[in-house]
Amino acid sequence: MKKILVYSRFNRFWHWMQSMLIFFLALTGFEIHGSLNFFGFEQAVTFHNFAAILFLVLIGLAIFWHFTTGEWRQYLPTRQHLRAQIEYYITGIFRNAPHPTKKTALTKLNPLQRLVYLALKILVIPIMVFSGLLYMFYRYPQSAGIQSLNIESLGIIAILHTIGAFFLISFVIVHVYLITTGHSPTSNLKAMITGYEEIENEKTIDHHTEHAVSSENVLKAAK
Amino acid sequence: MKRFIIPMLAMAIIALIFIATITKKEAESTPLAELKTKFKKEKPSVDHSKFSQLQKKFVKPQDVTAACIDCHNERHTEVMKSSHWNWEREEYIEGRGIRYVGKKNILNNFCIGINTNEQSCNKCHIGYGWGDKNFDFSNANNVDCLACHDNSDTYVKKSSGAGMPDAAVNLAFVAQHVGRPTRSNCGTCHFFGGGGNNVKHGDLEKALFDTHRDVDVHMGTDGANLDCVDCHKTEKHQMLGKVYSLSSMNRNRSTCEQCHTETPHSNSVINEHTVKVACQTCHIPEYAKVNSTKMEWDWSTAGKLNNGEPYEIKDSLGNIVYASIKGSFIWRRNVKPEYIWFNGTASHYLTGDTISADSPIQMNTLHGSYDDPDSKIIPVKIHRAKQPYDPINKLVIQPKTFANEKGEGGFWKDFDWQTSIQHGMDYINLPYSGQYTFAKTEMYWPINHMVSPKTKTVQCNECHTQKNSRIANLKDFYIPGRDQNAAVEMFGFGTIILSLIGVSIHAVMRIISKKKN
Repeated sequence: MKKILVYSRFNRFWHWMQSMLIFFLALTGFEIHGSLNFFGFEQAVTFHNFAAILFLVLIGLAIFWHFTTGEWRQYLPTRQHLRAQIEYYITGIFRNAPHPTKKTALTKLNPLQRLVYLALKILVIPIMVFSGLLYMFYRYPQSAGIQSLNIESLGIIAILHTIGAFFLISFVIVHVYLITTGHSPTSNLKAMITGYEEIENEKTIDHHTEHAVSSENVLKAAK
Repeated sequence: MKRFIIPMLAMAIIALIFIATITKKEAESTPLAELKTKFKKEKPSVDHSKFSQLQKKFVKPQDVTAACIDCHNERHTEVMKSSHWNWEREEYIEGRGIRYVGKKNILNNFCIGINTNEQSCNKCHIGYGWGDKNFDFSNANNVDCLACHDNSDTYVKKSSGAGMPDAAVNLAFVAQHVGRPTRSNCGTCHFFGGGGNNVKHGDLEKALFDTHRDVDVHMGTDGANLDCVDCHKTEKHQMLGKVYSLSSMNRNRSTCEQCHTETPHSNSVINEHTVKVACQTCHIPEYAKVNSTKMEWDWSTAGKLNNGEPYEIKDSLGNIVYASIKGSFIWRRNVKPEYIWFNGTASHYLTGDTISADSPIQMNTLHGSYDDPDSKIIPVKIHRAKQPYDPINKLVIQPKTFANEKGEGGFWKDFDWQTSIQHGMDYINLPYSGQYTFAKTEMYWPINHMVSPKTKTVQCNECHTQKNSRIANLKDFYIPGRDQNAAVEMFGFGTIILSLIGVSIHAVMRIISKKKN
């Protein structure tokens, strides 16, 4: 095993800011939606709109980072090992089979993660940003201004935004769970905090198998 | 360690900026002292008590008018063009064209109408002697200047006197103490419309003669202490503002925006509301804040007598809940308004219109809808009544209610609908089939007064809520917090629950499998 830097400083900053903002946006968003009562409607709207702007800034920074560092390549989808990765989560993990793919600084994401994160990046987040901006700048039909730009109802925008929010929450639930499936239940979390993760080299694959057999050790380590 | 510190610091700074921004204080509004200076009652430069023309005994009130016109020559021509004088306006009514409508010819669902009842109703006309339809509207001496300009607070019009002053009034004294109209001039009529305090409007009543900011932030004597005419600005005796029980067109309105602008809030989201929500909707959370207002009037129970004599029943607050002459009433205090879309135009049941009584007859219809770019949500009082209706001719009936003596056909003396209706309908040249029922009617009164201080406005979640939203009846649009799509909710929460179940099962299986190994 060798400790290497997997998540750069910005990578971690971006990740944790994003996680806090998504949590906060969900909390305030579902209050606006009428599902819960926490800040009060007016505050929820103010907070939600402000956090949305922070999120937009963060997305801007992240896009810059992805393209200047070439990190965007991490998200190129591949079918190689995709089936193996799915099978690992469905069956292999219960047999203590080894992870089918190796994590390196150059390929941080397994084929399944690549697909899901790419879908988030090019589908869910853009839908949320687009519907969110429409929501924020929505004007009720009015005679002043350009008539053809009037959107007759906020309903369709709101419904789209709500569907996106449900997807994101489901993603977060599954994501938070799946990070416990690393070498140890907390190794992925530690990596995202410190940036460093113990990465298997050629030899450590055997070591990993050995290590994993001793599941009691893993559980102890988790505690 | 350095790797943590910088991102942590960055996050901390962003969090601080966040908190600082969202807790930013609301911008201060104009201080009360400034408003008081702006609306200070100026002492006039003219003292009418020193005019020799007014130093005499006036026998007839018309002589006072003549004395007024003597100096203020041609002023009467302005007054005689006003709706205060004519009790009708030229209005364009959608689908009806140009009509002349007003108290003179429109029916309402309170005391119903002035025709045949002028002696009583027209106490509130700004003229002398409009006792029947032969009144001379071209005689300038019939203009009652004092009703609006008496500043002595001693001028009173006689009950059932067709607008003539009470015999006890010292006309010379009143004439020597005239000036800009005060609340008491306007309120004497406008607070008592419909035959009693706060009967009609709900937001205009005697409590406003002397009130607090909590009741009316504009008129509170502990606040800006505005007079009616501070907002109902008047040019050449033509006043801004009118009531949509009689008016039809979107013009000459006295609006909040005239002082406050269209976007007076520091919060842009709230300013945005003004596109579709009238100021009154949020700023008048309830009306009839001091005394009750009449919500329902049932004429069908009128006419019961006690030993041959009419009687009244009062509730614990002193409101008349039954009167032999008028029927039964429901009164309410601190009423939450109902809400409708309104674009500033209205149509009316015009006397003589044939109409089915299958659903409540709309005495006035306020136009508007979500899709109409000129419409806003406004608060209204809806007054509901049962009133005489001719089911054969399909006409809302004008009865003769008032009479000086028994035997003249007035319902209030004879308690006989047949003769009362026959007299009324004959007078306005409409047929009467001989049959009457009591039809349900509704009348819409926009609520504009009794604006609350800003700390007591309607809160966001009184509309943006799933349960008991104030605007629950306005279903033609989507608003956040109130409206949800059932299918989306089911799908969304279903997905979340399935995700939770999925990861739970997976986790349990992992733990079991690890224990086995």
